[in-house]
Amino acid sequence: MALLSVQGISVSIGALNPLEGITFDIDKGEILGLVGESGSGKSLTAMCVMGLLPRIGGSITKGSIVFDGRDLIGLPEIELRRLRGKRIALISQNPMTSLDPIIRIGAQIDQVSNLHLGLSAEAAKARSLELIAQLRIPEPAAIHRAYPHQLSGGMKQRIVIAMALAADPDLIVADEPTTALDVTIQAQIIQIMVELVRDRGLALMLITHDMGVVAQACDRVVVLYAGRVAEMNGIGEIFAEPKHPYTRELIRCIPRFGQAPGSLKGIPGTVPSIVDYPDGCRFNPRCSNAQALCRDQAPALEPKSSGLAACHFSEV
Amino acid sequence: MISFFIKRLLLLIPVFLAVSLVIFMIVHLVPGDPIDNLVQINSSPEQKAALAAKYGLDKPLYQQYAIWLGNALTGDLGDAIILRRPVSDLIAQNLPHSLTLGALALLFSTVVGIAAGALAAIYKDSWIDRVTMALILLGSTVPGFWLGLLLIMLFAVQLGWFPVSGARSWDALVLPVLTIGLGGVALVARVTRVAMMETARKDFVMMLHAKGVPPWRIELRHVLRHALLPVVTILSLRIGWILGGAVTVEFVFARPGLGSLLITSLNQRDYPVVQGALLMLAVAVMLGTLLGDIVQAAMDPRVRERIE
Repeated sequence: MALLSVQGISVSIGALNPLEGITFDIDKGEILGLVGESGSGKSLTAMCVMGLLPRIGGSITKGSIVFDGRDLIGLPEIELRRLRGKRIALISQNPMTSLDPIIRIGAQIDQVSNLHLGLSAEAAKARSLELIAQLRIPEPAAIHRAYPHQLSGGMKQRIVIAMALAADPDLIVADEPTTALDVTIQAQIIQIMVELVRDRGLALMLITHDMGVVAQACDRVVVLYAGRVAEMNGIGEIFAEPKHPYTRELIRCIPRFGQAPGSLKGIPGTVPSIVDYPDGCRFNPRCSNAQALCRDQAPALEPKSSGLAACHFSEV
Repeated sequence: MISFFIKRLLLLIPVFLAVSLVIFMIVHLVPGDPIDNLVQINSSPEQKAALAAKYGLDKPLYQQYAIWLGNALTGDLGDAIILRRPVSDLIAQNLPHSLTLGALALLFSTVVGIAAGALAAIYKDSWIDRVTMALILLGSTVPGFWLGLLLIMLFAVQLGWFPVSGARSWDALVLPVLTIGLGGVALVARVTRVAMMETARKDFVMMLHAKGVPPWRIELRHVLRHALLPVVTILSLRIGWILGGAVTVEFVFARPGLGSLLITSLNQRDYPVVQGALLMLAVAVMLGTLLGDIVQAAMDPRVRERIE
């Protein structure tokens, strides 16, 4: 049985319905990539899994999120809180703003193991120092005493990762963990994170818009488009044989070494706005294959020769 | 931290000089002559000139300023012209009353204001928030002297719980402290509430929720702690206001204090007293700001960094 199984969840925030029928699952020790353009609902999906949706004024109107056999929807807040940080941890998008600026780095990591593992102050500190060292940060003791503003963005994101690992969770949700960082250290952070996750056999839900990161780190991929799942498949299959035209376009957009100058292309058109989603398949205005059926009827997410895709005309 | 303290202290010297000059000039630009208040209506110009010479009022202004400042730095603020006593004695006599009243009012505003603001922020949009906000609105719009009169009517005249006026016993402090403090409560509560609600929207607060930290702990240990930074700033600015600006309240309750001393002397054109009292208030404001800066540096590592 999957560690986390998200089945057909729809989300509403006020009058908007940013997510519709999101479905995927993650097995123990698996790294699942969640890709899509800005506004496709990636971060919102993370909020659903963390049970933090009510904090931004949203609610899940349909579907279920089963984690380790328990449906998180309808679980009392106090139960959710015991899961958060302890069994499901978050690595947030912006390390610059994710740490409390007036509290020492060490105390912020200690807090997690103290809270969830009941460690004493000394034991928590020892554990934090060990984690800091594992994230290949020099001089752990000095960092433990430092304040967030004294660290670079990359260092801060390592601290956020250490914080996520502090209570030995089963699942880590990483919401675009490197978008706010310099390109030069993005790969490094992803590599360290993936290594630690693999070593511990943790499951990771890696949200990104970078197909390169997906190729580097993930076992399987879910492609989101405009609040719906477009396609889900194993990493090899999705790159070799994308079933959804949107996935195909995404892969075509990855720059290649030796590519002829001027041949780098984006996907024509723009992501539709949430207040004005097109009828039928939401990708139809940008799809080169769109037919009348695509404009009338939303395709269901169906099994194809491998994986799942939501396209009326995927060949296989 | 110590180097920061010394730097800030040195920075106060030019401020002090500028303020002292302004005080001196303002007092001398006010029309009216203290000598006229001292002498009889039919005194001769010679008698007036002799008196002016006695108090040094015949010298050019810059000389008067230099003499006054030089003496002030050695603790000699001159003699009161009307009250005929050393100004430093008058201040020494009145300052403790203002300090006691001010300190208690400040304490009251701080404790009650932070508690009320925090409750309103934590229970945002509930009846607790609405009631607190209504009281805050009332507290920040009702003028102190009028509130003082109302409190006297209710608690001193009708109920007889506290003395109407004076400063003879400790219970005479209750109503003045309430009168001055309630305005401060409103101010502190409003700033606390807004700052907490602003902080609650920050990313790191969402991260704390994601870490599974209990909400009350997030509110008290993280959000409130951030909200106290602006509160410290307004409190430090209020120290000077409470010492000098509480004058109407001192007046209503017929209490001695720096404020009443200032007003009485101002009416009598008693220059040395006005100058001395204003200088004391200016020093109090400067020390209040310095204290605020120090507390803020102690609370916020980013402030410490900026200074060093």
